[in-house]
Formats: sequence, C-alpha cells, structure tokens
Amino acid sequence: MTNPKGRFGIYGGQYIPETLMNAVIELEEAYNHYKNDPEFNRELAELFNEYAGRPSRLYFAEKMTRDLGGAKIYLKREDLNHTGAHKINNVLGQALLAKKMGKTRLIAETGAGQHGVATATAAALMGMECVVFMGEEDTIRQALNVYRMRLLGAKVIPVKTGTATLKDAVSEAMREWTSRISDTHYCLGSVMGPHPFPTIVRDFQAVISKEIKEQILEKEGRLPDAVIACVGGGSNAIGSFYNFIQDEGVRLIGCEAAGRGIDTFETAATVSTGRVGIFHGMKSYFCQNKDGQIAPVYSISAGLDYPGIGPEHAYLHDIGRAEYVPVTDDEAVCAFEYLAKTEGIIPAIESAHAVAHGMKLAPTMGKDQIIVITISGRGDKDCAAIARYRGEDIHE
Amino acid sequence: MSNIKKAFENGKAFIAFITCGDPDLETTAAAVCAAVENGADLIELGIPFSDPTAEGPVIQGANFRALKGGITTDQIFAFVKELRRDVKVPMVFMTYANVVFSYGAEHFISTCRDIGIDGLILPDLPFEEKEEFLPLCRKYGVDLVSLIAPTSENRISMIAKEAEGFLYIVSSLGVTGTRSEIKIDLASILQVVRQNTDIPCAIGFGISTPEQARNMANISDGVIVGSAIVKLLEKHGREAPKYVGAYVKSMKDAMR
Repeated sequence: MTNPKGRFGIYGGQYIPETLMNAVIELEEAYNHYKNDPEFNRELAELFNEYAGRPSRLYFAEKMTRDLGGAKIYLKREDLNHTGAHKINNVLGQALLAKKMGKTRLIAETGAGQHGVATATAAALMGMECVVFMGEEDTIRQALNVYRMRLLGAKVIPVKTGTATLKDAVSEAMREWTSRISDTHYCLGSVMGPHPFPTIVRDFQAVISKEIKEQILEKEGRLPDAVIACVGGGSNAIGSFYNFIQDEGVRLIGCEAAGRGIDTFETAATVSTGRVGIFHGMKSYFCQNKDGQIAPVYSISAGLDYPGIGPEHAYLHDIGRAEYVPVTDDEAVCAFEYLAKTEGIIPAIESAHAVAHGMKLAPTMGKDQIIVITISGRGDKDCAAIARYRGEDIHE
Repeated sequence: MSNIKKAFENGKAFIAFITCGDPDLETTAAAVCAAVENGADLIELGIPFSDPTAEGPVIQGANFRALKGGITTDQIFAFVKELRRDVKVPMVFMTYANVVFSYGAEHFISTCRDIGIDGLILPDLPFEEKEEFLPLCRKYGVDLVSLIAPTSENRISMIAKEAEGFLYIVSSLGVTGTRSEIKIDLASILQVVRQNTDIPCAIGFGISTPEQARNMANISDGVIVGSAIVKLLEKHGREAPKYVGAYVKSMKDAMR
C-alpha cells in the first residue's frame, strides 16, 4: 500500500474523491496535534463532565438479573448523557477539534436523529453554524428529533435520493463537504468513513469502556465476562469494546439489526449478510448485490439502518476478537418493552437490540458471571413508532 | 500505455460522458455513435452505481434510471464488446471502486482489455489508494486515470508525476453538474501540472456551453462534458441521440 495509515487489517483506508483529500489530511494532522494536548484534553474533560454529565452510571439491573436467572447484568447508562445518547461524546470532541482548526460550520448526517441532535447541540454551545442531512424517510419516523434540531438552530435537509435513509444522508453530507471545505467540518457520527474518522470517533467514544472498566472493578473487583452493544456503523459498540480488546477473557458482542430476519431482504445485518466492499470512504463489510450495488437495508431502528459497518469491527470480526449477532425487529421491540417494565428504563430501539441479546445470553451463564449491556440512548423518541408497531395509532 | 493519447492527436479533444443503460443500451449505443460522428474524440462510459457520491442530481438520476432498468456489469461488458466494432475512438469506463472490487478486480480489468476499454476513472480512488487496482491496470494495459481537484494544491505535482492516460482536472468544488461560471484559477493548476508531466490534461465538471468549452480548451488539451449530455438523455429518452449529436457538434466547433 502507498499509504498503510488508518488500516485495520485490510479494512479502512481513504476511498474518497481527490477534492476531499487535503481536508482529511488536515483533520488528521490537527487530531494528532490536539489528542495529546493537555489544554484540549482539559477542555474536553470539562465538557464531558460539566456539560454532558459524565461519567455515565454503570447500573446493576437487579430485577432483570433475578428474572433472567443467570449472569449478573449491568447497564452502562449512556442514555443518561445530555441529549440522551452516546453520540454527544464524539460530537463534543469533534466540535472542539473543528473549532481549534478554525472551522465555523458543522455538517452531519443522521439516522435516528440522535447524532443530528448532538451535533446541533454542540454547534449551539460553541456558536457554530450547523446543517444536518437526514433521509426523508427518517424525518418522518423521527419527527420529534427534526424539531429538536431546528429548535437548537440547525438547518435540517431531508434527503430524497436512493432509499432516503441513513446511507443517503451520509452520501449527501459527503457531497456537501466537497462543495464547501474551507470553513466546514464534517462531523461524522460513527466509526466509519475515510481515515481518520474511524480512529477519531473511536477515541472519543472509548470513554465508555474506560468508565465501564473503572466502575466494574470498583463494584465487582473484576472484569465482566461479556460486553454487549448494538452495532449500526458501530460507534457505541467500539466505545464499549475498546478498552477491553486486550482483555481476552471479556467476550465482545455486537448486535446487528436483522430487521425482519437475515433470511429476508428486509435486514440491515451487515456482518451476517454482507461481504467485503468499498463504500463511503472505507473498505469494510457491506450489504450489496453481486454487482456491488449497495443494497437497500431495513430495520425498525433508523439508527441501525445502515448497509455497512465500521472497519475496525470488520477487523475484530475477522480475527475472532468480537462476535456479531443478528437481532430482529420483534426481539428488539420485546426487549424495549421488557426493560421498561422490569427496570423502569425505556431504551432507544437501537439499544434494545443489545438488551435482546443480553436476555438470551444471561440465562445460559452462571450466577457468578457478569454481563455489561450498553444502553446507548434513551427511548422517548421511539415510543410513537413502537406503539404503531404494536398497532396503536399514536403520532407525536 | 493505451490508445488514449490518440484522442488528443487532432487538436483539442472533446470527451463525452454517457451513462450505460440510460434509458436503455440501444439508446446508449446510438448516443455514443452520434457523439463520435459529430467529433467526440474519447467516450467516457458510466457504469451505474447505486450511491454515486461524486455526482450531482443529473448524473445521479441517470444512474438510478439505468439501475431501475435492471442493468448489470456483465450486460455492459457484452454491450461494449459489440459497440467496439463501430466505435474506433478510445473509450474509458467511469464508475466507483466497489463496482470493480466486487466484480473481482482482475476479472473486471482483464475484461476491460478484452473488450477494448482503454482506461478507468474511479472518482473514489485517490492517489493514496490507487495501489488497489494499479498493478492490475498495468498488467492488462488499461490506464488508471488520475484526478486533480481545485483543493489539490501541494498534491498536484505528486499526482501529475505518476499520471497515466490523461489527467482529469476537476474544474470546481462539489459534485458533477452544469455551472454558469467556473471561478477556480485553472491556469495556475495547469501550470504546475505541465511542470510535472507531458500527458494530456482535460478539464471536466460544470462545462456545458460552447463558450465554456472554448475557454477551457484554450488552457488545456480537452474538455469533458457529462451532465449537459445526460440532461439531453433525460429529456428526450430514446429520441436523444440526434440531440446529442447536434450538441457535440456545437461544442466541438467552438473548440476548433
């Protein structure tokens, strides 16, 4: 390779138009400078703690543990962060970095709207302009988040091309970035896209596993047996896994959205149904047809409705360090309702995919074992959609 | 080294872009022939991709129409093999990295040679990633065309030094599509390019009028026109080839 930087095994890379190359090089140089800068890290820590409300709680789900009758279950409560999801971790990091780079405008893609809301929030806080691209389909599924973004001062552009979901929002944000680079930072929301994004986003999200490790050692005096998180592009999952990768005894399990099932075409389970390809700036696994046309994917969850997965996950899958399992709409909806009734916690439908797998796994494990499930976001935004899934005609 | 240089041997080259299968392959063939009869020196054939991230709305539309018609890579290969009997000017494919990768890069690129394709333009394969396909392109004598953008700056000499076939100079920021005005200082970009390579340079993105074609041809070796031609196909469908021919003639005349 001319340039082996930003590769995870064979995955990753910088498959982007020449127009963007100097922008990603500039970003990489700025990141390499600021990531070890004490002042930058002090400011970021202050934003995390004072503004976003970190550290987030590691909560022992005692009722759920008793009910399932197996491993002890802890929930990493990223849903309690400001703006209601893990997305704020990455966004505060990138917005601060963009500001240091002299950028005055943030653009972002969003699926469920959580990343868009987080970006709009950071832009409001830091006095930056903000434009969010969102698939038209998703603006309907997540109308409340569209309103929140506008309330925060962002402009929301519905994307009508292709399947009008997350992948099209990413494509449109990339197109916008090629037309306006000098004052604009593309605040990518997941561990995907061209290098250095998968590394930058992972580093900002790694605070999740850093805290889990400290908290579980304090509560249990040992590491967990498994860490479970949902995976779309995979940012909360890599954040939950990262500081455990070297700890071979900790199983790392990513839960993909299987939609109506991996044996149907209505699925978004990339590792289970995709193959290696090159798209959105990276080499990784993608749902695609035999000609390499990217497949329209489906999930009840707008945030997991993406045909690819971050390159580091593809690598962790190939070397067998992490497992990726499909979870259907039905299983996720049941877990959504279960967690609400059992623990009084309404998880995001995305996070409910991880809860669903935890519910399957816990009873197969011993009572002396420990599972950590990352609740990546809160479920208020999903209540109307889940009610409709159950046949109740509720609109926000 | 492929035949691409022949396109630049008779004065300034006019390069026409047409998406394969928009609205069907018969129309594509007729449009290509009409363009060549009216002076096109090189044909850029688009293989449609589901998510063409470097394209503006016009060429995105052509991609979606072609894919909706059920077009496949194999059909396009068979079509080009047939078309090669009538078309003598150089032809290149324009598509996205995943179309080549997913087909099997060696199979794809060796087929390009077999059917008479002279080069490959992949807008999502920058200099840093060209090793992905370059060894195979060299093995089979298919030129991997490099692009230079308005933002390339310090990268221009590095890209130009290793360029093959022709250099695609992107005239504007953003995606493909017609523009009323091209504001980038292309002359100074061309100057740096010339210091580093002798291969021909063609300017593309945003060019639609004969006046723009004349101005761009004055500072380069040729112009590339895509969206303006694709618009004719969008508007006239199967009747488009005669309009494409007349349009190409008007552009070529302006460049003489």
